[in-house]
Amino acid sequence: MIINHPLLGPRDASEFVHMGDASLMHRPDPKSETAADDFYRYQYLRDNPAGLYAELWFHEQGDRSWLVVTRNTLTHEIIDVQLARHIARQKS
Amino acid sequence: MKYSGFKVIKEALTGHKGWKPVWRKPEPKPAYDIVIIGGGGHGLATAHYLAKKYKQKNIAVLEKGWIGGGNVGRNTTIVRSNYGLHGNEGFYELSMQLWERLEQDLNYNAMVSQRGVLNLIHSDPQRDAFVRRANTMIMNGADAVLLDAKGVREHSPLLNFDNGRFPITGGLLQPRGGTVRHDAVAWGYARSADSAGVDIIENCEATGFDIQAGTVMGVQTSRGPIKAGKVAVAVAGNSSRVMAMAGRRLPIESHVLQAFVSEGLKPLLPGVITFGAGHFYVSQSDKGGLVFGGDIDGYNSYAQRGNLPVVEDVCEGGMAIMPMIGKARMLRMWGGIMDMSMDGSPIIDRTDISGLYFNGGWCYGGFKATPASGLAFAHLLATDTPHDTATAFTLDRFERGLMIDEKGQGAQPNLH
Repeated sequence: MIINHPLLGPRDASEFVHMGDASLMHRPDPKSETAADDFYRYQYLRDNPAGLYAELWFHEQGDRSWLVVTRNTLTHEIIDVQLARHIARQKS
Repeated sequence: MKYSGFKVIKEALTGHKGWKPVWRKPEPKPAYDIVIIGGGGHGLATAHYLAKKYKQKNIAVLEKGWIGGGNVGRNTTIVRSNYGLHGNEGFYELSMQLWERLEQDLNYNAMVSQRGVLNLIHSDPQRDAFVRRANTMIMNGADAVLLDAKGVREHSPLLNFDNGRFPITGGLLQPRGGTVRHDAVAWGYARSADSAGVDIIENCEATGFDIQAGTVMGVQTSRGPIKAGKVAVAVAGNSSRVMAMAGRRLPIESHVLQAFVSEGLKPLLPGVITFGAGHFYVSQSDKGGLVFGGDIDGYNSYAQRGNLPVVEDVCEGGMAIMPMIGKARMLRMWGGIMDMSMDGSPIIDRTDISGLYFNGGWCYGGFKATPASGLAFAHLLATDTPHDTATAFTLDRFERGLMIDEKGQGAQPNLH
């Protein structure tokens, strides 16, 4: 798989480490009354879709940036790549 | 039809006209007491033990493809009970004992071959870990032998003993481990379940559940709705997809694991050899091909094929520990989809939906577990209590902090 890094251009996926579902960026509020249950769902439960999947890749052997890659888990086709920090800033 | 030496000779002398298909192709009935979704090794073994051991009647197994076409035919056929934690080891040792009498139980030749499984040791800390693991194995009734470097040399002289990075300083040998012909396991369980009256319905995909007031009433399938008293899900690889139809999320990700076979060679490997430090394991099939593999690719996939970086990694591991493998040509490679759970251990449990039972999360260890998984799942379905050896495999253990994490990697499925 080739990941089209937003800053560095096309890079081989073997330079990256797969770090799981992109929803892991959105940590629950630890002060919430439902925090224990929220963290259980956050940490352990996954949608695990067959099809489009937004996931975190860490460019460990590159610029060490975190990317959100949207990929089809049935075909391995990569649809979209964005900097995770860009998405996080937009969200906040 | 019972298989015997006499039957083989009789058929040989009469033109082999007496062999018949070993399971029926029934049409689905409108209702069953128990419907098992998934006609893989685990689903068929569950049906066999439900019908034969627990004397349950009116059972169907639904398979979306054909028998033997899923993960039961895509693994590297290794059986072993060399786990390091108590919640796991007793269960896998039960499985090992069931493998040892499988062919007599099923009257079917599954080519069970106890040629031994050797885990290589390269350092003192690794030896300490393997000594602890060996003691856990022995405490749970399994066999374990610790070899020194000389012992490994006598066992497998063709290994590379001069590897500077990973010198072989010993090994943990389980002599009772080995290989079993995987297709024959599926066929043998299917034949046995069918002969006990279980309907095995191929080309029948579950497309939804009929759930009313928190109780499962039946299954929608590509061949029409089927009512069911109990529904048992055994679809590892696709567990999340099937349980999503019941509105449930699981502590599971689906990952691809690749396997490889070389051209046929004369006998050279005494048994299964694992080089865990180098992400490589290998055995030799009875046809002579080297059957080998390594780590999962490490990203979610339902594609049943992997990518080249892992091919390179596995072949590098092979070259490091067994340089002669470089002379052999690779014949085939393929991928299978694993349920990677959040602690690397499986789940056999009821769900919060009454009448719906779940078996999955087998990671890359499902094949060796097939008999015990079937027995424990059948026990759960028949008695509504977990089997003595499977009490730790609960669905809620992640919520309660009771993980069975052999590698201590935490909730990172691609590291288990």
